[in-house]
Amino acid sequence: MSTATLELSSSAVSRDRRRRIDRLTQVWVYLSAAAAIVLILLIFVFVAREAIPIFVSAAVHEEVTLETLFLPQSYGTPEAPLPYVWQPVSQVPKYSLMPLFVGTLKVTLVAMLFAGPLAILAAIYTTEFAPRWLREVIKPVVELLAGIPSVVLGFFALIVLASWIQDVFGLDFRLNAINAGVGLGLAVIPIIYTLTEDALTAVPRRFRNASLALGATLWQTAWRVVLPGALPGVFAALVLGFGRAIGETMIVLMASGNAAITSWSFAEPVRTLSATIAAELAEVVFGSPHYHVLFFIGTLLFAVTFLLNWMGTLMVERLRRRLTGAAG
Amino acid sequence: MEKWPYSQGWSLGLVLGALALTAVSQQRNITVKGSDTMVILGQRWAEVFMAKYPSVTVQVTGGGSGTGIAALINGTTDIAEASRSMKGEEVALVKKNRAQEVLELPVAVDGLAVYVSEQNPLAELSLPQLRGIYTGALKNWKDVGGRDERIILYGRENNSGTYVYFKEHVLQQADYHPTVQTLPGTAAVINAVARDPRGIGYGGIAYAKGVKRVKVKKDDQSPAIEPNMENVLSARYPISRFLYWYFAGQPTGELETFAKWVLSDEGQDLVEKVGYYPLNDQDQAASLHKLGEPGLSR
Repeated sequence: MSTATLELSSSAVSRDRRRRIDRLTQVWVYLSAAAAIVLILLIFVFVAREAIPIFVSAAVHEEVTLETLFLPQSYGTPEAPLPYVWQPVSQVPKYSLMPLFVGTLKVTLVAMLFAGPLAILAAIYTTEFAPRWLREVIKPVVELLAGIPSVVLGFFALIVLASWIQDVFGLDFRLNAINAGVGLGLAVIPIIYTLTEDALTAVPRRFRNASLALGATLWQTAWRVVLPGALPGVFAALVLGFGRAIGETMIVLMASGNAAITSWSFAEPVRTLSATIAAELAEVVFGSPHYHVLFFIGTLLFAVTFLLNWMGTLMVERLRRRLTGAAG
Repeated sequence: MEKWPYSQGWSLGLVLGALALTAVSQQRNITVKGSDTMVILGQRWAEVFMAKYPSVTVQVTGGGSGTGIAALINGTTDIAEASRSMKGEEVALVKKNRAQEVLELPVAVDGLAVYVSEQNPLAELSLPQLRGIYTGALKNWKDVGGRDERIILYGRENNSGTYVYFKEHVLQQADYHPTVQTLPGTAAVINAVARDPRGIGYGGIAYAKGVKRVKVKKDDQSPAIEPNMENVLSARYPISRFLYWYFAGQPTGELETFAKWVLSDEGQDLVEKVGYYPLNDQDQAASLHKLGEPGLSR
């Protein structure tokens, strides 16, 4: 662009001025990009720094060590042993992360099972089957779902969804993993839908034309040609949706019941990692072992979501190369 | 040990305090530290008191009753707020470290109600039964004289003073059963219990819309006491306690003014606004008497 500017400018003065503005703008844009990266880096550094005492501080180790965080302990009585307990406020504080891991996984799994198929099928419908006018309606409406504040979704799950799910399945607990997972799914649908839709649209028109010309039906084309072509993008959509689901806080805080139970029953309440931080950090004693454990959880969540987002981006990149490569 | 600053809002107080200090060098500074249950109450008192007496700055921080008492022992706070009474050895440590007697001042009353659904026919529970229910030993309503249904437990988050209080006074320090669903705030607990015919929850006595507050017995032989203001103030209701202020030595000057104002009708009105109970006339007079107030106050 700057060479074009050079050729077009008539006077040397204006050429210098434009070059200066060019340079300034470049620096400005560069600084903005750098600031974004530095900020994220600093956030990670500050969160991780508060987690370090878990590894090194002797005072913290009196209450909690990596073993008590991850390995089974002998809490409870010999008749009713409790290997994994999250009871940070207690005579003997107990900080097992296992109930929180199990809880997070259960809720995320429900959310993905609910949102994944729904969002992907919706995306296939809008790109391959829907008439143009309907597509113009569905797409913005689903994307609008992403704009709903999570506290509103949480409230909906807490008040409406919970009673409904309890009645339908006849569950003991109103607030449980299924309820929180479905609520969370509502927040994940627009992410998976939008990214899947993008990936499907990116599949070149002539793939479809070739398939249809060979006598395949619309459905065969969509299922056997377009979807396999966009598969890395669909995976990326699922991975990014998973990352959002793991980190989402407000919905699970309100709709999951927040009981730290280590069980694989989806009908029981769960406590997730993110909700634990949200619920406990505000009043925890600054610098206490409990405080450091919460930051340790934060660091774990940060690392996991960062990794998932990175993987997702890589997959999208691979899809782009594959499709452009195939085209060229 | 400091508290996480943002929830306390004390950083703002600190900045304002510092500004005020530079403006007026004759400022008198009062520090209040201790019980998390009492932080909001302490801050409300401080705000109104500072508006009335601009020459005094009051800083209120939490950290827990133990933290406040430790600060009193070390001489780093003027007032220790505590939602439990001081232990004998703590009183002795203050005497040893600071050569002063501890003055214990009840400043407010706190009570907890136990809620069940309005559809639940159960009318009363004893403290041992409540302990069994919340530690998971009693799992069915029929174990405590109710219907043959599973008990669904609701409670508060572990950062809550109510959580700790219930754990100390009802569970006697035993851990809650893991299936207790922890909810943010008494309103959320009431909402959950109102929608759950098998649910049980606990929280402030003042709120109880849409749920039934059961009568509580101290033990199986005691009479069942209705949870209301009258019974809390007369100390007949078993899940109630004093909230205390502790001083090292008799307070003087601004400290005395502050304490007397907190015990005045104006200070006690604020207690009710924050959601706790004011002292009854007798306790109010007794607390004022400890400050050297001769007659009965009104």
